[in-house]
Amino acid sequence: MADPMRIRAQAAGDKTTVRVLMSHEMETGQRKDAAGKTVPAWHIQEVTATHNGKQVLSAEWGTAVSKNPFMQFVIKGAKAGDKIAVTWKDNKGDMRTDEATVT
Amino acid sequence: MQSRRETLQHSVAVAGLLASAGFPQFVHAALNKNAFEAKSVQDAVKAAGGASLIESKDVTLTAPDIAENGAVVPMGISTGLPGVKHLLLLVEKNPLALVAIFQSSEALENNFLTRAKMGQTSDVYAVAIMADGKALWAKKEVKVTLGGCGG
Amino acid sequence: MNIFANWAVPLALTLLSALPVVAQKTASQGIDEYRAMLADGNPAELFEAKGEDLWKKARGPKNASLEKCDLGKGPGVFKGAFVELPRYFADTQRMQDLESRLVTCMEALQGWDGAEIAKTPFGQGEQTNVTALATWIASESKGQRFNLSQNHLQEKTFYEVGKRLFYQRGGTHDFSCASCHGEEGKRIRLQDLPLLSKSPGDGVGFAAWPAYRVSNGQMWGMQLRLNDCYRQQRFPYPGFGSDATIALSTYLGVNAKGAVSVAPALKR
Repeated sequence: MADPMRIRAQAAGDKTTVRVLMSHEMETGQRKDAAGKTVPAWHIQEVTATHNGKQVLSAEWGTAVSKNPFMQFVIKGAKAGDKIAVTWKDNKGDMRTDEATVT
Repeated sequence: MQSRRETLQHSVAVAGLLASAGFPQFVHAALNKNAFEAKSVQDAVKAAGGASLIESKDVTLTAPDIAENGAVVPMGISTGLPGVKHLLLLVEKNPLALVAIFQSSEALENNFLTRAKMGQTSDVYAVAIMADGKALWAKKEVKVTLGGCGG
Repeated sequence: MNIFANWAVPLALTLLSALPVVAQKTASQGIDEYRAMLADGNPAELFEAKGEDLWKKARGPKNASLEKCDLGKGPGVFKGAFVELPRYFADTQRMQDLESRLVTCMEALQGWDGAEIAKTPFGQGEQTNVTALATWIASESKGQRFNLSQNHLQEKTFYEVGKRLFYQRGGTHDFSCASCHGEEGKRIRLQDLPLLSKSPGDGVGFAAWPAYRVSNGQMWGMQLRLNDCYRQQRFPYPGFGSDATIALSTYLGVNAKGAVSVAPALKR
């Protein structure tokens, strides 16, 4: 199973900034390894997020997003104690969901 | 024994249940596959539903002037305009221009930040695809350097 | 009659004052901005989380956690330990840095083969766990000032050995550490090279490793940093946790006394 994400959700006034660090190799499929073989593409394709169970974010990524991806988005409203869940799915079909509480 | 038709109907019903049960909605994957396979900025934007490309001061691209390393370049798109459908980030000189598509949502501000790989110095584009099909864009050149020894 | 006289000068002045004064950003400033944009959300945090998990998890042939590991401030004390290493340890009767001490604990408490781990290449097997642990331990001293002890004779000796090693020239290019880090104001391409024969200031040099390197997406501890310095000097690779690496770390760490640690940091 993939390593857990680091999710920080901070409420400030009427908005909550969510910052996510994901653990993923994000191989473009164009890199060659030391032996000269092409390393196959392996990257997150879809990212979604929910706020107290309701979906708020839907994003699609190509191969250019950096390794160990970082993403930041801003939820309108949301207050301390609310639950944020982020899910990623990669081109091999692997998925990972992690949760955080808004502070 | 279930007939093939019954099995298919069952699958559809299950999918429907999953969808309504709040299972993540990955409905856009097929739609935007072409956008992610496009080489140029224009083709990617068109494939993602943008009809006419218009430069706009109401779309903000956040990116550094110079990146110490092309592997990790921070870039963000934001806009205060209403009627936005999708927000895109693209790197013109990358083999495949499209980096990411963020769906606009009532629950979120149109403000997204991520980090992308850049193969070389290039223009970076932030594009807001509007409900009426207009693709409003802002761009900036980001220089990519070879640093040194890595300390 | 000079037809230009009446309007040429006023026109010229008008044009000059209309030109916007463009303050040219230096490359250095641009790179500082770039680094600032990445400061929030350092992928090193992923390794910190892994390291903390490894400290607490029962693992190895003895199926025990590392929670009783003594990093110099007593069994289980991890806060503030990073800024006091390397130091002398009575139980092993030797000078040890963070990574070699972690391996000592992994052997003594969990039953791992320390020699095997030392032979394992960086980024593979248990070495990745050592790196993650080192990243977390370092983070637990973030913001604290380096304060290595020079009380024990070994600590003083290793400082002196480290100093000699710092200036020792060799290899195919006759390089020493001092070739790059022995003078103020040096750089390689766009990389500033800190002067390491004295304290280079807060968050620089010894105070900035372990660090996440964006160019290869790898987490590097001080052992790998020194290993790679030697590679660039065209020297043979030092052994993991060898006296040479610990002596150099002692020299750098003592020189950095009072400097604030920002580890784990973000690097090119």
